[in-house]
Amino acid sequence: MRKDRYSIFSLARNAVSYHQDWSEAWRSPEPAPSYDVIVVGGGGHGLATAYYLAAEHNVGRIAVLEKGWIGGGNTGRNTTIVRSNYLWDEAAHLYEKSLKIWEGLSQELNFNVMFSQRGVMNLGHTLQDMRDIYRRSNANRLNGIDSEILTPAEIKAKVPAMNVSSEARYPVLGASFQPRGGVARHDAVAWGFARAADARGVDIIQNCEVTGIRREKGAVCGVETSRGYISAKKVAVVVAGHASVLADMAELRLPVESHPLQALVSEPLKPVLDTVIMSNAVHGYVSQSDKGELVIGAGIDAYTGYGQRGSFSIIEGNVAAIVELFPIFSRVRMLRQWGGIVDVCPDACPIISKTPVSGLYFNCGWGTGGFKATPGSGWVFAHTVARDEPHELNAAFDLDRFTTGALIDEHGAAGVAH
Amino acid sequence: MTSARRLQSGGLVDRSRRIRFKFNGRDYFGHPGDTLASALLAQGVRLFGRSFKYHRRRGVVGAGAEEPNALVQVGEGAYSTPNLKATQVELYDGLTARTVNGWPSLAFDIGAINNRLSRLLPAGFYYKTFMWPKSAWMRYEHHIRHAAGLGRTPSLPDPDQYDKRHAHCDVLVVGAGPTGLIAALGAARSGARVMMVDEQSQLGGSLLSAPAVIGGQAGLDWAGEVEAELRALPEVTILSRSTVTGYYDHNFLSVNERRTDHLGPAQSDTPGSRERLWRIRAKQVVLATGAIERPLVFDGNDTPGVMLASAVSTYIHRYAVAPGRSGVVFTNNDSGYQAAIDMSNAGMEVRAVVDVRMTAGADVAKTVADMGIPVYLGYVVPSVQSGLQGLKRIEMAKLSADGRAILSHKGLVDCQVLAVSGGWSPVVHLHSQSGGRPCYRESQACFVPGTSVQDERSAGACAGSFSLAACLQEGADAGVSAAAQSGWPGGYVDIPVAVERDEAPLQPLWEVPAGALAGDRVKKFLDFQNDTTASDIRLAAREGYRSIEHVKRYTALGFGTDQGKLGNINGLAILAETLGKSPGEVGTTTFRPNYTPVTFGTVAGRALGEQLFDPVRKTAIHAWHVRRGAMFENVGQWKRPWFYPREGEEMHAAVNRECLATRSSVGVLDASTLGKIDIRGPDASRFLNLLYTNNWDNLQPGRCRYGFMLGEDGMVMDDGVTTCIASDHYLMTTTTGGAAAVMSWMERWLQTEWPELKVYLTSVTDHWSVMSVAGPNARAVIKTAGCDRNLDAEAFPFMSMQSGEVAGIPARISRISFSGESAFEISVDANQGLALWEAIMTAGRDYDITPYGTEAMHVLRAEKGYVIVGQDTDGSVTPVDLGMDWIVSKKKDFIGKRSLSRSDTDRPNRKQLVGLKTQDPSRVLPEGAQLVNTPQAERPVPMVGHVSSSYYSAHLGHSIALALVKGGLSRMGGTIYAHLMDGSVVPATICSPIFFDPENERTKS
Amino acid sequence: MLQIECPWCGARDQEEFQYGGEAHIVRPENPDSLTDAHWADYLFNRTNVKGVHAEQWCHAAGCRRWFNVLRDTMSYKILAAYRPGEQPPGSEE
Repeated sequence: MRKDRYSIFSLARNAVSYHQDWSEAWRSPEPAPSYDVIVVGGGGHGLATAYYLAAEHNVGRIAVLEKGWIGGGNTGRNTTIVRSNYLWDEAAHLYEKSLKIWEGLSQELNFNVMFSQRGVMNLGHTLQDMRDIYRRSNANRLNGIDSEILTPAEIKAKVPAMNVSSEARYPVLGASFQPRGGVARHDAVAWGFARAADARGVDIIQNCEVTGIRREKGAVCGVETSRGYISAKKVAVVVAGHASVLADMAELRLPVESHPLQALVSEPLKPVLDTVIMSNAVHGYVSQSDKGELVIGAGIDAYTGYGQRGSFSIIEGNVAAIVELFPIFSRVRMLRQWGGIVDVCPDACPIISKTPVSGLYFNCGWGTGGFKATPGSGWVFAHTVARDEPHELNAAFDLDRFTTGALIDEHGAAGVAH
Repeated sequence: MTSARRLQSGGLVDRSRRIRFKFNGRDYFGHPGDTLASALLAQGVRLFGRSFKYHRRRGVVGAGAEEPNALVQVGEGAYSTPNLKATQVELYDGLTARTVNGWPSLAFDIGAINNRLSRLLPAGFYYKTFMWPKSAWMRYEHHIRHAAGLGRTPSLPDPDQYDKRHAHCDVLVVGAGPTGLIAALGAARSGARVMMVDEQSQLGGSLLSAPAVIGGQAGLDWAGEVEAELRALPEVTILSRSTVTGYYDHNFLSVNERRTDHLGPAQSDTPGSRERLWRIRAKQVVLATGAIERPLVFDGNDTPGVMLASAVSTYIHRYAVAPGRSGVVFTNNDSGYQAAIDMSNAGMEVRAVVDVRMTAGADVAKTVADMGIPVYLGYVVPSVQSGLQGLKRIEMAKLSADGRAILSHKGLVDCQVLAVSGGWSPVVHLHSQSGGRPCYRESQACFVPGTSVQDERSAGACAGSFSLAACLQEGADAGVSAAAQSGWPGGYVDIPVAVERDEAPLQPLWEVPAGALAGDRVKKFLDFQNDTTASDIRLAAREGYRSIEHVKRYTALGFGTDQGKLGNINGLAILAETLGKSPGEVGTTTFRPNYTPVTFGTVAGRALGEQLFDPVRKTAIHAWHVRRGAMFENVGQWKRPWFYPREGEEMHAAVNRECLATRSSVGVLDASTLGKIDIRGPDASRFLNLLYTNNWDNLQPGRCRYGFMLGEDGMVMDDGVTTCIASDHYLMTTTTGGAAAVMSWMERWLQTEWPELKVYLTSVTDHWSVMSVAGPNARAVIKTAGCDRNLDAEAFPFMSMQSGEVAGIPARISRISFSGESAFEISVDANQGLALWEAIMTAGRDYDITPYGTEAMHVLRAEKGYVIVGQDTDGSVTPVDLGMDWIVSKKKDFIGKRSLSRSDTDRPNRKQLVGLKTQDPSRVLPEGAQLVNTPQAERPVPMVGHVSSSYYSAHLGHSIALALVKGGLSRMGGTIYAHLMDGSVVPATICSPIFFDPENERTKS
Repeated sequence: MLQIECPWCGARDQEEFQYGGEAHIVRPENPDSLTDAHWADYLFNRTNVKGVHAEQWCHAAGCRRWFNVLRDTMSYKILAAYRPGEQPPGSEE
């Protein structure tokens, strides 16, 4: 399946023909009766999984089944922050693998995902925040992950718009800074993986909802869908907020709960913020997109919900936090808000795991921080599915940890937000 | 400067007063009643901005919230506000405005080169390039970022205030056009509490923009009568300049009221808020939000001078501005004819009405014919020609019957204004936000509200009923029935007569074929702000982006600050045609809040700054600490004295002094912030047994005990000392930060799991002031202050409590020590706290009594190896990990017990609490420092633990640290290495975490 | 923005309440007798239903009492609020 190679030259060549000759980024095939691997969920993680299954594991026929349109869930709804400055070794190594892939992803996929390494700053507002920042930054360094600790003056130099006054209610005492962190164009990640997977023969089937998981003798044999039964040797489920719903189809119980997570953008502004800013204590994160919008998020709504919308009070608190940090944003206007559904694990770390059902795999529980992991998640999940055993990078992220107690608790470590 | 385009009469502007303002540095004037857009149009200004991507010249298209082009930065300095729509900015004296795009100037914009290169820049071009070389994206991106963005962020903090109000009503009416007015009246007459919210400066909605006769009188006069009656009703609230921006669950709606912008910043010095956010919970909602006209899609439809027909009428009727000398109407429905009539009446030369259809409504056709305006049925405007200041002439051509081709070129018509009408889009935004799904109505070629999910109904134009008579009927019905459903059945209203016109149906034409004059740069715009064209939609579909959501994201359709109010419908219809589907099958993208943008300050409200961002909690002794020059630390919401520097003294010197004074004589700590929970009832000790890891059955009245509370996952959650006051009465202390959570935790278990337990909880944190007097001379100080109890160790042993008086103040005195000293914790009524503190300070003068802060407290407790939950624990630490197996009962059940025996929680090599002594005794390790077994290692370096607490102990003369180390308890005396951020490696020796007085001789003395 | 009917105080804004997760999870009578897996099921696994969910809420800024709510996790409509110890309306007796 030959695709146009994207470049300034192909753009110029196609301009001559008024862009009539571009080929499809991905086909829209009818589902085949059977596949070697079915990936359920056409978000970034699912498409990345399919891509790496095809590109690195030679597993034969692969399909991605998406109930709506690809990239329509959390992939297209998040605030696009990418970083790997997690505290615990297991999380740090997984996210760092992902960050390393991000650094060459546009070239690998031949699709500009606009990964922009403008740096991610995690602010500290209390003495305990600063202890945690030292602990995490120190761990990052020793794990080979870039990290710096900034003073308020250094923060002010990088982010002149921020209020670093000691008179603030929760003054900024310092920050950790990961220069290699940044943001990416979220839709492009889904599209880029879809196009590259399609080019390697993966069938991407949209508007195809999985309604049942068929099993025989403890092993998976296929899925019921809104477009009929499709048999499969292996089924890899990566459906974010709906993980419990899919698990229920296989009579599994998961330690996740689905919550609304909201985000918002301002009207576009001329460049005013070059860095990604995150604050747990003042509770918000903000970056400025290439289009000029301030992209803002905060924490989840407390209650469970599948409605892709949350409560206005969360937005109010979130905006107050951002104005508290950036008083000059007060007269800027909020353009649009939206919500997604995130499935949250008790230890704020994902599950990338085999299940008690042979041939059935789950990748879920990313909570509020899944976007940054997209390529790494797909990479380790593809390995897990293809080899029927986890890669060493995701071995600790199995379901069993909830039984043994070997949680990877990122809650205490400022790693939890986003 | 004259108002060349201002009509001599009519309109709702006050010609007797001039308002001066500046636009792009030039002086202009207008009148009260004008918007920035109307005043500029009146003075002949046609160029309002540049587009986002191609930097094409743009004029004003609309007259309200739908305006995509005329974006301005208004005001100066701290009052500067970006991205306002000139069509919504009311004039005030001294207003200054600049267009947001265009550099170096609006007329000559270097970015316009993009227009020349536009063939290289189709939708999504950026996904296909800027990838080489790999490192260069950040450079490309730098230029993209600087080219993008609209207005500028003010450089100074906002001087204005914002506030919020909460309201409940029976019926909320959104919109005060004819539909909303009659709905509000019908509802309000029932006695229901009615709120009516309208975004304009005055009520009337469409009546402000067009002539109408209602019940035999002028539309606005009728509106005035309705308004007067509504205002006289006590339960009615009318909010003008207010927009319902969001419709949330359970009929909660947010309203943005703009209170002072129309007065200008000079008025902002007066008290009160600039904007207000109303948080409204309505029993029933009537949506009367009207409709927005849509443009037609043809080559050059973004040229300045091409305007919505309804906007042309609005400028003429409301603002008395003729937007040009000559005009043409291009329409596919009857409503466009009104613009021809209005332009002609305003003295403009109307050269043609170009109607896509073969038949026009009889009434409008006759009126236009009577005025001598030529009508071209079955014709279209496929392209226009323009000069630097905008539209010069239009091309007219005959359309094929199927609408897909141009049959013949008719010729060019000179004109300055082209009034276009592609039909109307009901404003279904709030219905959609409420959970409804708009559905496509083929006959009107528009989306109308679907089934209501919440307690709302749409009436009038927003429900697809465009005639005035229908609006009045539906509005009346909606208002009366909404009131009835909210419990007020008595509403009524007579429906006044309105003229019905004989209408011919609209003929959808989503895209005009290119005409004879089409060059190779045909551009038919859908989204004016983002420069999304019809061919962009087709390109997206060709490349596989076929869901409307994909198309939107790939082409940026509808992502502008107008949120697609004008162009989305045209885009989705063209997508539908491309895919061979109906618009209904393609569906709309999701309508999200906000309907129109809302100032961040408004959303934040008053919850900002040192006082109100989060409430500050201060102890009763706070003022004394301030006078003493204390530095404070935020702990939870509390301000706690961190240390008390003397003049010229830096932190470490102060902390050393405070520690030494306490160890050698006496120190005093304000401990009031610790959480305090009063526990009563016959089952209190049973409950404590469930909450805490240790046993509480045998604690006698007057005795105190330390306890650990675990989460059900077995991890340490909180700790503190609990005192038995009587067999059915205990006082628990918690950590400062954990107090509220612990209280909730206890209440929850009692109410949901063990309701049979007779236990009653009261949070008494604020009731008591608590001070800890610690050190060898503590007893002497309290005696000096005056105490009626025998304080000797035998009579008053460690971990006991007695009630008595200190300095004449009734007090609970406890022998509790977090410092490792002989210590007395004195609790008194918070109102007496400062008095007691001062009495203690006076009594301690001869002992050089020294107040100490949280930092010295940390050092003193770390010398003793006492942990701080949240600092030495992080949610992954058990009491066993802390070396405190002795506190974990093996006999009884307690919350979290079962988790301790899980295979990983029970394993021997977990991280355990140890002490560390740096081999260079003066070297203080940073808190958080990571620990490694070897001095050198390749990255990734295996880490075996971290430093959780670390200080210089002035008393011991060396640094001390607490750390969690893998298998640490079996590594006593071993060496471990801290690999620090600055690259240095610091060796340290593992030791017991108890550095001082391991036998507790001092505490017990 | 939910409006929740406190069984004691009546309808109040969501901001007065604290969410407590799935209702009717009973703490095992004798935890020591459970396997690690059964304990983990009690501790961590949740039905996380898409549909009608029985959940706990506390009127934290009001009477501070915990109670149960039946809420649809798709529409967010609240179908019932009932006191602790009571069975959800419509459930089998």
